[in-house]
Amino acid sequence: MQTGPSTIDESEVAKFEAMAAEWWDTEGKFKPLHMLNPTRLDYITRQIAAEFGRDLSQEAPFKGLRLLDIGCGGGLLCEPMARLGATVVGADAAAGNIPVARIHAEQSGLEIDYRHTTAEDLAAAGEQFDVVLNMEVVEHVADPQAYLNACHALLKPGGLHICSTINRNPKSFAMAIIGAEYVMRWLPKGTHEWSKFITPDELFAMLRQAGLDPVDRKGFSFNPVLWSWSISERDLSVNYVTAAIRRH
Amino acid sequence: MDNPATQRILRPMTPDSDILIVGGGLNGPALALALAQSGLTVTVIDALPDTARKLADFDGRGYALALASKRLLASLGVWETVAENSQPMLEIKVTDGRAGEGPAPWMLHFDHAEIEEGPMGYMLEDRYLRIALLDAMASEPRITQINGETVVNQSVEMDHATIELASGKTITGRLLVGCDGRASGTASRAGIRRTGWDYGQTAIVCAVRHEKPHGGIAHQFFMPNGPLAILPLPANRSSIVWSESTARAESIMAMDEAGFLDALRPAFGSFLGEIALEGKRFSYPLKLTIANAFVGDRLALVGDAAHGMHPIAGQGLNAGLRDVAALAEVLTEARERGEDIASPQVLARYQQWRRFDTATLALATDTFNKLFSNDNPLLRTVRDFGMGAVNAMPGLRRGFIREAAGLTGDLPRSMRG
Repeated sequence: MQTGPSTIDESEVAKFEAMAAEWWDTEGKFKPLHMLNPTRLDYITRQIAAEFGRDLSQEAPFKGLRLLDIGCGGGLLCEPMARLGATVVGADAAAGNIPVARIHAEQSGLEIDYRHTTAEDLAAAGEQFDVVLNMEVVEHVADPQAYLNACHALLKPGGLHICSTINRNPKSFAMAIIGAEYVMRWLPKGTHEWSKFITPDELFAMLRQAGLDPVDRKGFSFNPVLWSWSISERDLSVNYVTAAIRRH
Repeated sequence: MDNPATQRILRPMTPDSDILIVGGGLNGPALALALAQSGLTVTVIDALPDTARKLADFDGRGYALALASKRLLASLGVWETVAENSQPMLEIKVTDGRAGEGPAPWMLHFDHAEIEEGPMGYMLEDRYLRIALLDAMASEPRITQINGETVVNQSVEMDHATIELASGKTITGRLLVGCDGRASGTASRAGIRRTGWDYGQTAIVCAVRHEKPHGGIAHQFFMPNGPLAILPLPANRSSIVWSESTARAESIMAMDEAGFLDALRPAFGSFLGEIALEGKRFSYPLKLTIANAFVGDRLALVGDAAHGMHPIAGQGLNAGLRDVAALAEVLTEARERGEDIASPQVLARYQQWRRFDTATLALATDTFNKLFSNDNPLLRTVRDFGMGAVNAMPGLRRGFIREAAGLTGDLPRSMRG
């Protein structure tokens, strides 16, 4: 598998470098994602460490784990996972993201296998992983149940599936659509469709339907006074995250 | 990977260490130990050979370590080796005095028995702390020491920082940390400017042996020219921090030992009996200097390199150790999350944490000094009344004690009990 942008025209490289810089600019277009990222990483790293008995204070604690990040974008989750020693595949349905993510990984000295593909295609090809990260994707897909079925197929028995999305209630409508898209202009207008938002109970039911065993749910809660995110035991009213296991 | 299309991209490299620390005084080694403990590799560069930093004889310098600082040293495994040479500060007495007149009727009295955490601080001679830190670094396999080498240049690439030594050798790391004092070359080479002001005062630091036991009590006398602190050392000895106008301090420093003691006696008073000098005398001009930024491109500043403070309340080293604990916590968390430890986002967390704290402390210390280094009768009445009022209110008094013990504010984890 190619890890460098070898299929890319020389003249395109500068453009992709600029796009990579944009993806990774913490004050730029993807600022909301950068703000949420440490909190997402806290949840992901602790869940993986707990499930696979790894000690995060050790060198390369995720060594030997094969991990897939669906909807990898510029690699905001793939790079930390690779830094922690995991063997990482980043998949994105948007072709333009792949060379951008590759360039940044190379600049960071990380080896990550980025592919322009979908969960369904990877599952059809018989690929399997110890960990599947499914962050802020399920609310964008046409058929969430079919998509989660594919996620199940992508996991090895004993594998861990981490999925975050947005709850469906008046508060999430106000925060995610009016707040984030219209008032703060954090996200392009029309990024979200409120009717596609999923409640935690609905997500748990769909995960079970897909053959996964949901083991944990937490909120990603935004504090407008501290202007920061944190993991919440109780507040799953807007952004939330779940962990589920493929038992066999 | 050798495709021509990728050649213009900088080749990633594995740096010599995760962290490069310039300055091997006190904060540098403490930070190196804290980072090594959490799994990072560290190189510490100091301009002096390590033998020059390991003086066996007492040279007269000592530190008032706040309880929070002691906890950090304990978490680094250093405290146990210096504990027996430390002197707990059980009480602090603050008096407004004028030479020859004795203490004013109002006096502030802080007793550690009023807070449950124990003594609010410990006095420790410089030599013990320095040797303990250097020894601990020597037995830590993740730390490399480069002694007797000066940094002449530094640069930043996409994924690492490089420093060049006078010997021509270059060393690389993911993050460069300046622990090189208030004249930090690391900061100035990075183009970070400083703001500050001069108090026109100089602190004379020395130790005295005295006839009577001090009982573990620290004294702070506010004299018209500046404060005098008498801080208890083990046995019948105390450390002195004596602030005077720079002109007077210079003339005092020029005196011989007998003359020096004659000048000190009226301020010191006779409550500890006869006094004699122990070790050398040091003088430090009192200048407040704060770096305009505490972080830069793959760069962080710690201790005096970030903020040189008025040493009036012994807060210089304590504030530096708070930087150490905060930076170590931020970097450890970032590493365990898989973040690039030197990314702007990670470094911004350290700066945000420490800048507010530092600015507050610097301003408070400055105001405190201006209020107390003054012989205006009205101000004197006001502050005497204020001290009496604080003393009469146990809640307020406990607040001050916890402040002195370094237990207030957003405390790094290694400094909590």
